[in-house]
Amino acid sequence: MDTGRVRKAPENFLDAEGIRRAASEYRQGRRDFLRGAFAAAAAAGAVGSARAQSAGDRNILELPEHSKGLGQAVATDGYGKPSKYEANVQRRQSPGLTQTRQASVSFAPLQSLFGIVTPSGLHFERHHQGWWDIDPSKHRLMVNGLVKSAKVFTMDELMRLPSVSRFHFIECGANTGMEWGNVAVPTCQYTHGMLSCSEFTGVPLITLLEMAGADLNKGRFVLAEGGDGSSMTRTIPMDLVRSGEVLVAYGQNGEMLRPENGYPLRLVVPGVQGVSWIKYLRRVEVGDQPWGAKDEAVHYVDLMPDGTHRQYTSLQECKSVVTTPSGGQVLLDKGFYSITGLAWSGRGKVRQVDVSVDGGRNWRAARLQEPVMSKCLTRFSLDWVWDGKPAIIQSRARDETGYVQPTYRQLRAVRGTRSIYHNNAIQSWLVEESGEVKNVQLG
Amino acid sequence: MSSWARPLFALALAAIACGANAQAAKFPGIGRDATSAEVKAWDIDVRPDFHGLPPGSGSVARGQQVWEDKCASCHGVFGESNSVFNPLVGGTTRADIEKGRVANLQRPDYPGRTTMMKLPTLSTLWDYINRAMPWNQPKSLSVEEVYAVTAYMLNLADVVPADFTLSDRNIAQVQQRLPNRNGMSSAHAMWPGKELRGTVKPDVTGSACMKDCAVEPRVASLLPPHARNAHGNLAEQNRGVGPQRGADTRAAGAAPAVASAAPADGGVSTLLQKNNCTACHAAGQRIIGPSWAEVAQRHAGKADYLAGKIRGGSSGVWGNVPMPPQALDEAAARQVADWLANGAK
Repeated sequence: MDTGRVRKAPENFLDAEGIRRAASEYRQGRRDFLRGAFAAAAAAGAVGSARAQSAGDRNILELPEHSKGLGQAVATDGYGKPSKYEANVQRRQSPGLTQTRQASVSFAPLQSLFGIVTPSGLHFERHHQGWWDIDPSKHRLMVNGLVKSAKVFTMDELMRLPSVSRFHFIECGANTGMEWGNVAVPTCQYTHGMLSCSEFTGVPLITLLEMAGADLNKGRFVLAEGGDGSSMTRTIPMDLVRSGEVLVAYGQNGEMLRPENGYPLRLVVPGVQGVSWIKYLRRVEVGDQPWGAKDEAVHYVDLMPDGTHRQYTSLQECKSVVTTPSGGQVLLDKGFYSITGLAWSGRGKVRQVDVSVDGGRNWRAARLQEPVMSKCLTRFSLDWVWDGKPAIIQSRARDETGYVQPTYRQLRAVRGTRSIYHNNAIQSWLVEESGEVKNVQLG
Repeated sequence: MSSWARPLFALALAAIACGANAQAAKFPGIGRDATSAEVKAWDIDVRPDFHGLPPGSGSVARGQQVWEDKCASCHGVFGESNSVFNPLVGGTTRADIEKGRVANLQRPDYPGRTTMMKLPTLSTLWDYINRAMPWNQPKSLSVEEVYAVTAYMLNLADVVPADFTLSDRNIAQVQQRLPNRNGMSSAHAMWPGKELRGTVKPDVTGSACMKDCAVEPRVASLLPPHARNAHGNLAEQNRGVGPQRGADTRAAGAAPAVASAAPADGGVSTLLQKNNCTACHAAGQRIIGPSWAEVAQRHAGKADYLAGKIRGGSSGVWGNVPMPPQALDEAAARQVADWLANGAK
């Protein structure tokens, strides 16, 4: 923070030992005592010195250790980790959201990510009965139900098949669910962090169904089932499977899936809420009726104002969020900023993102960063010069079907405020004169 | 049939046979047929039409026994507990059972939504108990126990009488008494296929207005100042370099946060996590059971006693919720007990 900013004159730049030495040298009548004391203080690096201020940045003028010494050896860390200076970038729990850590959620730090890919170690987590690190040599996938012959596949076999790799977002149906009624959490990590995006590698599920001789006419639904304690089940539309989009995936961002994300095998269901992306996938059954599993009959149902629940709501509608600047952050100075964020749609590609800095009165079309892919995160940005006055920043996404992301007022007019799932309303961030950014809702 | 026609006919037959299994032929050596025992071992799902339901039965009275032994520690004796999971039972009436719609779901002021208020299909409850309960020992219940526990829950909600025995033969009739059996709809545009015959058009429309748009004029909701630090110090949750920093949300004058060192407990924390002890107990606060500190204080030095309680279960000496017997091996139980007896630090 030294560069380009006015620093206050240093105070207390001498430590106790320095003061003692200066006093003693003064008593001994030495004239140069003060210069010596300054030099000692600068060498100790207590604060930026007067010398550095006049001649330039001491980060430039004084050669750092890393340019004068020997660094670490190759492969010191066989599987590299982020810099120690990035230690604040972590997935986090929202305190009080759940009582147990095995049936819980951790949120991805969207405010600190770039581009569209979520590092695998920062991918949000949602476990129902705790996560496992399953031995891939013992893992099996079974395909049964309305098939000519039920089949069993090992991981070795699945990984021998021709693979496809595709970038897709995954969003929990409950993402932003805490904010249906009012503001509940401070940062975009907690408002929108049950969202991640990866390149997934695997085999199209339709290939495996065809290998088992599935009846694709009578079999209008597929049940996906996990191999963990909860043995999560979820009904998947055969339409989507037939399109070839649904993958049985083992790869994520160039490596194997992380255990927290379903190692060694998970389903990838593009555009559909995360609960359908069954982790630790052990079985796929073809059937002629939906299954009414716990998470499609009791949870992940949307409560309408008339007291009915919408069942099998699973598509994630078009949505966006500004990640920089966002709630809980403080802008350092007035002047130029690149407002940036993420947009996505479960119905296809993002076509346009509009950004407002005046609470939605006026909007400007943001730049969309390439690549823009179907059912994938899209990064957008907009130039902004902050004049130091309060501002309300919003983003509004539109997708290729013509769907426009709604405001809270528009969404609540139809769905009320008592749902937990599928909140895709426009997010508002209030930038205060102090530079602090707060999560707000307008009304 | 003439001689030239025969090979053609055979070819056509081959084409039909290959239609379904063309992919299998394309990838020889990949996958094998499942044995019937393998399919039986894994094919446990039960559908709303009760396809997949195994024959069997269980009484309310038997269900109450199983419940108190294996379910009450998380869900409360009457399924009412909100300590670990949301309440399972409550909020339904006899009138709801007649109509198949839960009236309290229409009341915005009604404080909570229990499983029994939402449940539309009885197969869902049976299937979930069978596959995932008890929470820390899923799939350990017998078919009879699953029927019995389901019956007990239905009795708590007045769906069946106390002397009822639920079975595969009467479950469809009981389905007709579920309080919210008519409370669900799939008439929406958010099923990503054509199978459910929902609507095509989304129910909510945003506006594409770009200039001088009608706005909602004021901030109607933001976090109150006292909640500023409720998610921890946001300065520590943001990158330390870039166009902004995280807000320092500590109270004025508070000491800077110090990174907590890993507890020097010789691997006990891993054991506690692995055996789900942390679902009910925490270091300094009561969750559903007492904190480690409380146990350590009351039973200082009594490692044998504690090891016995961990493995044998406890009858609720800290409150009315019993601790079920825990499936740790003796050495692990001993390690946890020693740690507790020595102050749990």
